Amino acid sequence: MAPETLDDALGLLRRHGDEAKVLAGGQSLIPILHYRLARPRVVIDINALPLADIALDDGRIGIGALVRYHQLEESEALAGRCPVLGEAARLIGNVRVRTLGTVGGSLVHGDPAAELPAVMTALDARIAVASASGRRAVAAREFFTGPLTTALAPDEIVTGIEVAALPAHGAAVEELSRRAGDFAIVAVVALVSLDRRGHVEEARVAFGGVADRPVHARAAEDALRGREPSAETLARAAHAARDALAPPSDAFVSGAYRRHVAGVLCRRALTRAVERARR
Amino acid sequence: MIARLVLNGRPREVDVRPNETLLELLRDTLGVFDAKEGCDEGVCGVCTVLLDRRPVSACLVLAAGVRGRAVLTLRGLERDGGLHPLQEAFVKHGAVQCGFCTPGMLLTTLAFLERQPRPDREAIRAALEGNLCRCTGYTKIVDAVEAYVRGHD
Repeated sequence: MAPETLDDALGLLRRHGDEAKVLAGGQSLIPILHYRLARPRVVIDINALPLADIALDDGRIGIGALVRYHQLEESEALAGRCPVLGEAARLIGNVRVRTLGTVGGSLVHGDPAAELPAVMTALDARIAVASASGRRAVAAREFFTGPLTTALAPDEIVTGIEVAALPAHGAAVEELSRRAGDFAIVAVVALVSLDRRGHVEEARVAFGGVADRPVHARAAEDALRGREPSAETLARAAHAARDALAPPSDAFVSGAYRRHVAGVLCRRALTRAVERARR
Repeated sequence: MIARLVLNGRPREVDVRPNETLLELLRDTLGVFDAKEGCDEGVCGVCTVLLDRRPVSACLVLAAGVRGRAVLTLRGLERDGGLHPLQEAFVKHGAVQCGFCTPGMLLTTLAFLERQPRPDREAIRAALEGNLCRCTGYTKIVDAVEAYVRGHD
């Protein structure tokens, strides 16, 4: 089924509920169907809905759920206002995934190691959600509730996200994966703004891959606020962030290794973010 | 369901199953074998085709979702029945061994060069990192692309 209006899509989803899956870019859903991990009776293809715009006004950025990763990479408007989105998008999957994969799809899929959930957590994004009974907005920091699990109800669709433009923040994304294009073993997103004295005004840090959902690293943010961003301060903040984590082990790496890598990558990301904030 | 596409410049309308992928449509119904089936999960790149000039994994696109857009497969690159100059460069530099990855390599390269016509070797390597080759060790593929890029300077 390929509805052409949001109301039609929401009506179909209300009617079919748990038996339906929403198809956007398909870069997670179609592999899931190939693996027979899900066998939905109905697939609701939302690609015809008008949710593919990037809107900029008054220091806010609105990104439609159907905006593709390559649009984040290539948008000059975003590069000037919130470059972390493009930097993170370049790390997603492979070039073919970035042609079709969507912002909304990444968020509702909710892979704990994916880039955009961590970015939205760092940016404190508002996720716009709609159902046949109305609209609501959910903070990204409350949206992810477990592995591949979100606060989205079965009859709801993500329609887009909204973030504050942060043109003065330096930003960096660091990640380690086993092979190019793999999900990250650890990913970290850091944004830093400096005051006139060159001290940290605000820092925002989030991790992917270290828990069952993205992790907002308050400890690192607190360790930086108001401080001069010397190498020692950044290392201390990265250690604080690392020490607050208890990452799981999996078939490839131990939790202890993951934790160590989180600290190293966090320091690198903060260092790069501060360099960029100084420019 | 009806799938509509413009395949290598020619409009087509074909009856498909709702869960049929573009790769199945190409290979099983239309007899277009230049897109290969590899991993079937979007990782290996051998089923790469260009959808509106951008690379996609044909195994991860539903045929009915193409909605009239342009699909380019390798045979769409032919020039008057001859090889495309990038194909010539692959032959000349020994970038083809078993050939299974080659269609995906060629199409990915051409889509990349449209956006970045003068890449250095590192950029070429990065552009092809989503296409796996199990024969060449990639060196000769990157050599071929580099030579093709230089030939266009």
